Amino acid sequence: MNLFLDAFAWIAAPEQWSGSGSLPQRLGEHLLYTVIAVGVAALIAVPIGWLIGHTGRGREFAVGLSGAARALPSFGLLFLFVMLVGVTLRGPIVIAVLVLLAIPPILAGAYAGFEVIDRRTIDAARAMGMTEGQILWRVEVPLGLPLLFGGLRSATLQVVATAVLAVFVGLGGLGYGIVQGIAVRQFDQMLGSALLIIALALLLDAVFALLERFAVPRGVRAGRTPIVRSASPRRRAVAEPSA
Amino acid sequence: MIEFRSISKRFDDGTLAVDDFSLVIPSRRTTVFVGSSGCGKTTLLRMINRMVDASSGALEIDGENVSAIEPVQLRRRIGYVMQNSGLLPHRTVIDNIATVPRLNGVPKRAAHERALELMDTVGLDRAMAKRYPSQLSGGQQQRVGVARGLAVDPNILLMDEPFGAVDPIVRAELQQELLRLQRELGKTVVFVTHDIDEAFLLGDQVVILEKGARIAQRGTPEEILANPASDFVASFVGADRGRRALSIREVDGARVLVDADGNLAGRLVDRPAEASAS
Repeated sequence: MNLFLDAFAWIAAPEQWSGSGSLPQRLGEHLLYTVIAVGVAALIAVPIGWLIGHTGRGREFAVGLSGAARALPSFGLLFLFVMLVGVTLRGPIVIAVLVLLAIPPILAGAYAGFEVIDRRTIDAARAMGMTEGQILWRVEVPLGLPLLFGGLRSATLQVVATAVLAVFVGLGGLGYGIVQGIAVRQFDQMLGSALLIIALALLLDAVFALLERFAVPRGVRAGRTPIVRSASPRRRAVAEPSA
Repeated sequence: MIEFRSISKRFDDGTLAVDDFSLVIPSRRTTVFVGSSGCGKTTLLRMINRMVDASSGALEIDGENVSAIEPVQLRRRIGYVMQNSGLLPHRTVIDNIATVPRLNGVPKRAAHERALELMDTVGLDRAMAKRYPSQLSGGQQQRVGVARGLAVDPNILLMDEPFGAVDPIVRAELQQELLRLQRELGKTVVFVTHDIDEAFLLGDQVVILEKGARIAQRGTPEEILANPASDFVASFVGADRGRRALSIREVDGARVLVDADGNLAGRLVDRPAEASAS
């Protein structure tokens, strides 16, 4: 327990909160890499995932690719890229490594979100006279949001954890405290940095949970699966007071 | 009027779902396709709004070949009600009903106004307008489905086993509602079911289908029951057994009807009260 107290003391110490290499700066760097990486990964993976989900084609390809990408060691990839393109492009290299890490869960969330939608709902939408675009934006996207958010949250957690690697190419982030702490055997600093990374991960997850509350339509949350037979009396009793 | 002319449909996997089918569906009447599963009845229904395109032959609505009409435009002027309602789970009842008018550019206020009227028409309490489909019973969902099918006031209403997934009591209730609606609205209803009792109850014209959508018999329920065209039809409608095969038994000068299982079906009278009214 002492170690934790030391870690908190290290975090609270005034010298960590000002000057070059201060915790706010490290936190900002870490957050910036995370946001950019998840953002870029989403821009790539969401359209592809939706396309796969909407057409039902290319699923095997996506599953295979995601599986392969998950198996890539980020650390090794980072040094491979640095050796291939040189240290001048350190920033883009770190982002690229993190983007590759974030794509599989987002891609899976995007297409799985569409796949779990009842086929009859989509069939009915088409039979009513919705165009393919309207089916996509007004039916599939809103109904697929819960799983897409799941994918984004999982990607964000992985990226926050892995952005520690940025320090190895001299780009700081919260990994700085850990790597430097190992070198000089400063356990309070190592643990303090690790705790901050955990806190950042939890904070970002909370932000996503909040976003999800606003973005996911109420009816989807109220009951995901359509009731095929008559609703049970209990369910009706629950629904009654809201009327 | 909907006219099928030598329609065939072969699916990509090689199955011949519909084999040279011809039929005239009269306007403002209910035509029921009935047959066992896999006989092609749903395929026939879905050809009318081009959810399925025929491999050969022509399908005309009021003399206009549907293949010349853009599918989305065609579907927006034909009501469609399916099993399990097919409601959009993320939209409220009122938004579900107003979906197609909104797609057609009707302002939200007017579309909602109309949706509320339709809720009255199909016997739904207006208080349910803001609920989500998952908060409704199966029967209520089905009513919303019917209201949605009627939202653009279509001439044609396609119904694909709409009451197949609700319990028998609710089904009977919904069937009576549909009869009442049809008396009031007079749509051209094309109804698909595998239940011969439902077909006889709802259909002005009943079309009994065999595999490949071959017409086993077509006619009014009375015609079919009186003269089954084949052993297949007789067995399908159960004319030779159970509660459809009634025999007369004299009891103290009165005549009672007994079905094939020995159950008492009723008493034979000269003229039933309802028959004189129709």
